[in-house]
Amino acid sequence: MPADNIQLDDNGKLLHFLSIEGLNQSILTEILDTAESFTSVSERNVKKVPILRGKTVANLFFESSTRTRSTFELAEQRLSADILSLNVSTSATTKGESLLDTLQNLEAMQIDMFVIRHRDSGSAYFFAQHVGPGVSVLNAGDGQHEHPSQAMLDMYTIRHYKKDFSQLRVAIVGDILHSRVARSQIHALNLLNTAEVRVIAPRTLLPVNTESLGVQVFEDLDQGLKDADVVIMLRLQKERMRGALLPSEKEYFRLYGLSQDRLNLAKPDAIVMHPGPANRGVEIESSVMDGNQSVILQQVSFGISVRMAVMSMIVGQSGLQTGDES
Amino acid sequence: MSLPSVEILIDKLTQALKPYFNSSLPISEQPIIVGIETGGYWIARSIHEAIQPDTELGRLNISFYRDDFTKIGLHPTVKPSSLPTDIDDKTIILVDDVLYSGRTVRAAMNEIFDYGRPRRIILVILIDRGEREIPIQADIVAETVEINPDDHIKLEGPQLLKLTLQSTGDHAS
Repeated sequence: MPADNIQLDDNGKLLHFLSIEGLNQSILTEILDTAESFTSVSERNVKKVPILRGKTVANLFFESSTRTRSTFELAEQRLSADILSLNVSTSATTKGESLLDTLQNLEAMQIDMFVIRHRDSGSAYFFAQHVGPGVSVLNAGDGQHEHPSQAMLDMYTIRHYKKDFSQLRVAIVGDILHSRVARSQIHALNLLNTAEVRVIAPRTLLPVNTESLGVQVFEDLDQGLKDADVVIMLRLQKERMRGALLPSEKEYFRLYGLSQDRLNLAKPDAIVMHPGPANRGVEIESSVMDGNQSVILQQVSFGISVRMAVMSMIVGQSGLQTGDES
Repeated sequence: MSLPSVEILIDKLTQALKPYFNSSLPISEQPIIVGIETGGYWIARSIHEAIQPDTELGRLNISFYRDDFTKIGLHPTVKPSSLPTDIDDKTIILVDDVLYSGRTVRAAMNEIFDYGRPRRIILVILIDRGEREIPIQADIVAETVEINPDDHIKLEGPQLLKLTLQSTGDHAS
């Protein structure tokens, strides 16, 4: 994590969107409030506003993605941007020079904004440090570091259903070690003054210094779920696992899978979230995923408004009063 | 200079608008009053209360449509737009507090057309201070004033509506 915060300008406004760490509560709240005004755009006849008209956004996905990429693309289109989406093969990519080459070639095409997903932690920062002035970078997931737009749509979902963070007990369950989503969520929940943030996972799937992030750690799912208001399940990231971290998927489900019986330990009106893609029957039972406490599909819809909000805040940089130039 | 009382001006607008409302018509043929956030919405709300039409009051937040968006940015504190779901073939009574450059009205009309195709838009203005930058004119104006281009007329609210004049230069008024 670079010490200098290149995400914000001198007036504290958003220039890039790279990580939740380094942002502050007022920016996070502004994102959530702005997203709320964009929800009406998605409900009306012409789902488009002219905020990014004439701007070009490049979506660079060095790793595969369905939800994030398609909701970013929809958000860009609903803001009237011209878009370019590239699936860049990871095989030939070595961090450093070739990434920079890609960047320079695209900058020569007068791109205004880059949305980047890359398997290396810190790659979005690397991009942001090398783009020209006036060009912005949005992190759509960098390695095991952060996935800030996912965390913000999760915060939006929580606020939508539960209103006040200071009254909430939020449990994040599963593969914390490999999860950039969890890392961003923990920072965001703490910045928004959540009463209690819990992480529930086997030791093998926890980073070494988890407690230092400001969370309560539980190795027992039943204990951790007790009286929770929000339960966030994480995907078991088999593709990132090296070595034997788990006995088997079946064993994992027995110990850490969310069944209806277990969910009943949380508050009766608890909501269940999952950033997707979910492994049914591994970290979450199918009936819970489709059940009436699940808000997993609502998360996807909110993702569009939240991504529109972040991009529009980057483009409209000053929050000055409009005056009365009627 | 002294500015007129907002109450009297709103009453003027209400009287001028009454002929457009005919409660014997089906609701689908009645006009919809729409105010531009924030001042225009306050005026529209007062007119709506006075006339009490069957149609709901609409609200437009034009921040997404401003031609100076990149300079000004968003105002998340301003409430989002909400128009009755179907505005196709409806008459819209568009209300704003001050008409000056005309850019706000242009933005508002662009937004309205993203909701549908109204049959007619009637522009209703509390204060017309002239000096248009684009060819837009109001249909109903409560008061026309001439003030120095550097000055600002501002509507204060939302409880007690009051017009104030903010002078920036040291010219004689």
